Amino acid sequence: MMKKQEETRPRRVRNDILLIAVLLLVAAVGALYLFVFRGAGNTVTVTVDGQLYATYALSDTVEVDIDSGDGTNRLIIRDGKAFVETASCPDGICVAHRPIFRDGESIVCLPNRVVVTVTSREQTDAPDIVV
Amino acid sequence: MNRAKSIAFTGLCVALALILAYVELLLPPLSAAIPGIKMGLPNVIIVFLLYRRSARSAALVSLLRILLVGMLFGNAMSLMYSLAGGVLSLAVMILLRRLDRLSAVGVSVAGAVAHNVGQILAAMVLLDTSELAYYLVVLVITGTVAGVLIGLCGALLIRRIPESLLKS
Repeated sequence: MMKKQEETRPRRVRNDILLIAVLLLVAAVGALYLFVFRGAGNTVTVTVDGQLYATYALSDTVEVDIDSGDGTNRLIIRDGKAFVETASCPDGICVAHRPIFRDGESIVCLPNRVVVTVTSREQTDAPDIVV
Repeated sequence: MNRAKSIAFTGLCVALALILAYVELLLPPLSAAIPGIKMGLPNVIIVFLLYRRSARSAALVSLLRILLVGMLFGNAMSLMYSLAGGVLSLAVMILLRRLDRLSAVGVSVAGAVAHNVGQILAAMVLLDTSELAYYLVVLVITGTVAGVLIGLCGALLIRRIPESLLKS
C-alpha cells in the first residue's frame, strides 16, 4: 500500500504541473487575444439589467449619471477612454476599474446591474436617426 | 468516527471554514483594478476533508460555509455568486479526487479555477452579457496561483494532522 503510493506520487505531481501549465497557457493565449489583437473600439454601450440604456461615441466627451433604479453610476468618457467616476454601490469595484477603450472591454457594476462596454461599430456616413 | 464525534468534527470544520472566509473579507483587496481576486482560504478545509474524510463531508462543510457567509456578511446576490462558484468547484474537486490522477495541489488548483469560472458564468447569466470573458483570463491566472498556495496548505494538513484525530 505504502509502496504503491510512493510510486504514484511523482506521476501525480507531474500531472499537477501539466494541469497548471495548461491553465496558464490557456490564460496566456486568452490574454494575447484580448490585449494584443484587439484594437480600440469606437462605441460605448451602457446596459442596465441586460437592457440597452444608452450608447455614446468613444470620441465624444460625455459626463452622465446612469440611474439603474437601484443606484447611480457616473460615467465619464474623455480622451477616447471611458470610466466610472463615482457610484452609489458600496464596493466601488466599477470606480476602481481602469479606463476602458479596447473593443470588448467592459466595466461591470454588479449591485446596480450596470454594464459599460466598448464595442466597434461599423463607421458609416449614414445618420443614426432619420427624423 | 461515531455519530456524535462526526457531528462535532463537521461543526468544527464549518466554524474553521467560516472564520477563514471572514479573515479573507478583512484582507485588503489584492488589486483594486481587478475585483474578485481572493485566496480562497476556506478551500484549505475542503481539500483536507476531501482527502481525509469524504466527498460528502467536504460538500456539507462547503455548502454550510457558503450559506452562513452569505447570511452573515452578504446578500441574496452575493450568495448566488458564491453558490455558483462553490458548487462547480466542489463538483470538479470531487470528480478529480475520485479519478486520482492529481495530488491535492492539482485538485485545489482545478477547484480554484472552477470556482472563478462558476462565478463568471453566474454573472454572465444574471447580467445577460458575454463581455465578462475578459475577467476570466485574469481570474484563471490568479486562481491557479491561489490554488497552488491553498493546495500546499491543504497537503500539509493532510500529512500532518494525525489519523488518530479522525478516528473514534
